[in-house]
Amino acid sequence: MSSTQTCSGMENKLIAYLDGRAKPAERRAVEEHLAACADCRLRAEDFRALWSVMEDLPVLSPSPAFDAALRTKIAKEPALRGFWQWLPSPRLAFAVTALVVMSVWLSSMPRIAGGRNKMEARIEAKATQVTAEADYRMIRDLPVLENYDVLSKFDALSELSDSPVGVTKVGAGQAQ
Amino acid sequence: MKRVRQDVEAMARTDVQLMLDVKAGDDQSFELLLRRYRTPLVNFLYRMVRDPGVAEELAQEVFLRVYRARKEYAPSAKFTTWMFRIATNLALNSVRDNRHRQMEISMDHSVNPGDDDPPAMQVADGAPTIEQEMVARTRAEMILKAVHALPEKQRAAVLLHKYQELDYDEIARILECSESALKSLLFRAYETLRAELAPLVNSVRA
Ligand SMILES: [Zn+2]
Repeated sequence: MSSTQTCSGMENKLIAYLDGRAKPAERRAVEEHLAACADCRLRAEDFRALWSVMEDLPVLSPSPAFDAALRTKIAKEPALRGFWQWLPSPRLAFAVTALVVMSVWLSSMPRIAGGRNKMEARIEAKATQVTAEADYRMIRDLPVLENYDVLSKFDALSELSDSPVGVTKVGAGQAQ
Repeated sequence: MKRVRQDVEAMARTDVQLMLDVKAGDDQSFELLLRRYRTPLVNFLYRMVRDPGVAEELAQEVFLRVYRARKEYAPSAKFTTWMFRIATNLALNSVRDNRHRQMEISMDHSVNPGDDDPPAMQVADGAPTIEQEMVARTRAEMILKAVHALPEKQRAAVLLHKYQELDYDEIARILECSESALKSLLFRAYETLRAELAPLVNSVRA
């Protein structure tokens, strides 16, 4: 009984108590404090009243064109997906894409130095950038899910990018 | 008859089951997810960004991303956690981009304060009298304004807690904080709203 919580101790307990999701021990701690503290009792009553006030927010209906617009966007999804689907797993998809990007990059190095025309170099640079962007989007679009796996695998590959020998090994491994 | 039964069965399927069907190539199940979540999503996003047009755009982007990621979908988290996490990130980015734009504009011209007024909205409700409608509208504007004045993370937390009724562990994952931090965040947000909306709160308690 001597361990009655302080008001600041209510900060991470009161809400769950009021919405009925507090664990029994937390419930008891809050009840004990409320019995002894008029300020927090008032706050608790106000929060309940506030929640009922907040019920009065009107609900917007999506516009009638919503579904149709979405279907149009989905129908326009790029054929790129076919490429991803063709690969058995997103991880392998990354590996292959990373290899393609790297081989484009590596093979372009000496030729650029050798005075290749600028247009060609620009196109290739653009292609590399687009693929990198697609990779980034893939990572970003996979919140919660296989993020960890994909990212860790991807990191491993980017480390390899410094050593062409390692790259060849991975490439051979994937081919089997 | 058969059609009706199929629909009822489909409605009883969980989000995860539907999403796994989408993954297996069943676009009909995606339609069901769309029907289930388009209104909650549009409303969540509207309350985050306060522009109905932007809210619809963002809601479509959420569905598009869900659809795009279907091949990689693994039910390691609740579907709503995943979906609202995408939605929250999009909303926060949009709010931040918009603030940058507003700042750029205000460098050139002084911003018209009237620009921030909420637009007329389409309300899915019955048909009250004009007076009732005006009172309700004023209340709604007050609530919306107060919610929108909260810092972004608090705003998202309140919307996900109060209106989406997600579990604490879900909201904590969406906002990338601990459950205890989330509860404190909510406490502070509701404390602010309590002060901002005191006239409404007191009228309920009286
Ligand atoms: Zn107290």
